Amino acid sequence: METTSTLEKTLRLIALTLVVIFFMFPIFWIFLMSFQTNETILAIPPSVIFTPTLSNYAALITGKLTTAAGTLDIAFMRNLGNSIFLSVTSVALALVLGVPAAYAFARHKFKGSEDIAFTLLSFRFAPPLLVLLPLTQYFQWLGLSDTYFGLIWVYQLICLPLILWIVRGYFEDISADVEYAYRIAGHSWFATFRKIALPLAGPGIAAAGLLAFIFAWNNFVFALVLASADKQPVTVGALAFVTSSGIQYGQIASAIVLSVTPTLALALYAQRYLVEGLSLGAVKG
Amino acid sequence: MTTLQLKNIVKRYKTNTVLDNLSLDVADGETLVLFGPSGAGKTVLLRLVAGVIDPEEGQILIGGEDVADIDAEHRGIGMAFQNFALFPHMSAFDNIASPLTATNATKDAISAGVHKVAKLLKIDHVLSHHPKALSNGQKQRTALARALAGSPPLLLLDDPLRNVDAKLRFEMRLELPRLLAAQGATVVYVTQDYKEAMALGDRIAVMSQGRIRQIGTPEDIYNAPADIEIARLFGDPTINLLDVTPKSGPDGVYVELSNVKVALPGMPSGVVGKPCVIGLRPETIAFTDASAPGAIPVTVEAETPLNEKTVTLVLTARGREILVSRPAGTPGPVSGPAHIAVSGQAAFLFDKESGGLIRSAATPMTCNGEAA
Repeated sequence: METTSTLEKTLRLIALTLVVIFFMFPIFWIFLMSFQTNETILAIPPSVIFTPTLSNYAALITGKLTTAAGTLDIAFMRNLGNSIFLSVTSVALALVLGVPAAYAFARHKFKGSEDIAFTLLSFRFAPPLLVLLPLTQYFQWLGLSDTYFGLIWVYQLICLPLILWIVRGYFEDISADVEYAYRIAGHSWFATFRKIALPLAGPGIAAAGLLAFIFAWNNFVFALVLASADKQPVTVGALAFVTSSGIQYGQIASAIVLSVTPTLALALYAQRYLVEGLSLGAVKG
Repeated sequence: MTTLQLKNIVKRYKTNTVLDNLSLDVADGETLVLFGPSGAGKTVLLRLVAGVIDPEEGQILIGGEDVADIDAEHRGIGMAFQNFALFPHMSAFDNIASPLTATNATKDAISAGVHKVAKLLKIDHVLSHHPKALSNGQKQRTALARALAGSPPLLLLDDPLRNVDAKLRFEMRLELPRLLAAQGATVVYVTQDYKEAMALGDRIAVMSQGRIRQIGTPEDIYNAPADIEIARLFGDPTINLLDVTPKSGPDGVYVELSNVKVALPGMPSGVVGKPCVIGLRPETIAFTDASAPGAIPVTVEAETPLNEKTVTLVLTARGREILVSRPAGTPGPVSGPAHIAVSGQAAFLFDKESGGLIRSAATPMTCNGEAA
């Protein structure tokens, strides 16, 4: 890269800046909005110069939303807690179930294995709305609607196929000889899975887990229909900001900032694995 | 030390038969080389013995015991893979230690075992490195060390020198027999390199298309190849193979090469008139004077120096190509017309139709091409 001239560097910097601004602007704008009152947000023309206020965050954290029509109780912090609990538990369960399954599909071709794997993937094809109505009825009948257990179960529709198919690819990329070598050295198949396959597919599993977490976190329809107020995640809880006295843009903005933070933090932390994991399959050693 | 017996092994992948009713006996402490072209089924055979795949039919006995129901980890085998198959996330030490950690050995015993075998293979200075940081030669030695570390009674080596450079391969070819002898293990060694096969094998099993075509000592195979194919595989430069029809004369059976009679002493008269292929090792052919008896006129086409020998390609009057090999530094024609002398004593005769050997060379040769 020594041949890069100053001009080229400058142009590249400008281009990159433009791209970053283009993509980051909405988030940046929301970030600004979260420190404004509804009045300054709705002011025309909009301005970036305003007196910042923490009232939106205060309202979210205390759970007391003061509007023109009076004071409202909102359960945002509870929703956030629900989101974290539901996503973490769902992904954890999907990993526990999906990783060994992915290994089985990758290593043991049995009669019908492809069909089963494909059926599991096909859960991702169907639009959730299609299954929602029958699912709701079944869940009511089974007594699973409005339970964390039921929600986590439904979330497997999102997480499990994703983890299964991504992780399967990573297991398939591990040379079978490496595993054979460990078996022949005197270790059981389970030890081989634990000591060879799992560590080698580690980055892939981390990447799949992170993606599944993001999908679970962003889920809306399942939670909307199957969960009542005290079990709702933020995606559904945010509807509370559409009040009879108007839409609380300021609170919505700060709610977005708060709800994006865990995924963003996780993505930043796992970025190394994510890049390594998602590119690993492309470069076969 | 143990014995290995394969009885009527059949292995199929879908409709493709990879091993076809194959039987093989390996004696206690013997080094048996499986030699053959790629796709012959050598690697599959090793994997069957190792227990990572199962045969469709047949029995595998290790130390006289049928191992059909014994999993790979309980067969007491050490194996080195062609692609090394090192554990990329473990240091060389942990790689080599893997057969020892599977036992109840103490930490000290494991460490001692690893260092002992690492020292033997001269990799004790890179034990802390991960495979990524090892050179190809060190990887190969690490893989070999891992196979040896557990002192397995049966060692399976799948072309371990395939992916290393020529210099290292040469070194290891000299070093391996000593190493294997020190282990005292029964060894099955797979290779595609006939020199490796000759250097390492107590016996060589020549495989092709899922069958064993010939099994014997290196000398047996070099001096009495069962058919044309095997004769062609062993020897560098390749054996000269010329179509001939033996005739009968007052001095016994002979063949004609460019109208010059080459007597085949001791040949039964049954072959007379039958289409045959004569096999002449390049080192048994010599340049000679035109006046010498039995001199065959040829034209020198090209000369290739090959380290210790010089190989000359000559054309007979009928345009047939013959390779002549002589020790480097000895005089010989470079171009133009010349004469060669062919020794009927050292000639092989094969049946053209079946490819089978009719008569091996009357004068046995060592593997180096010198008269024994």
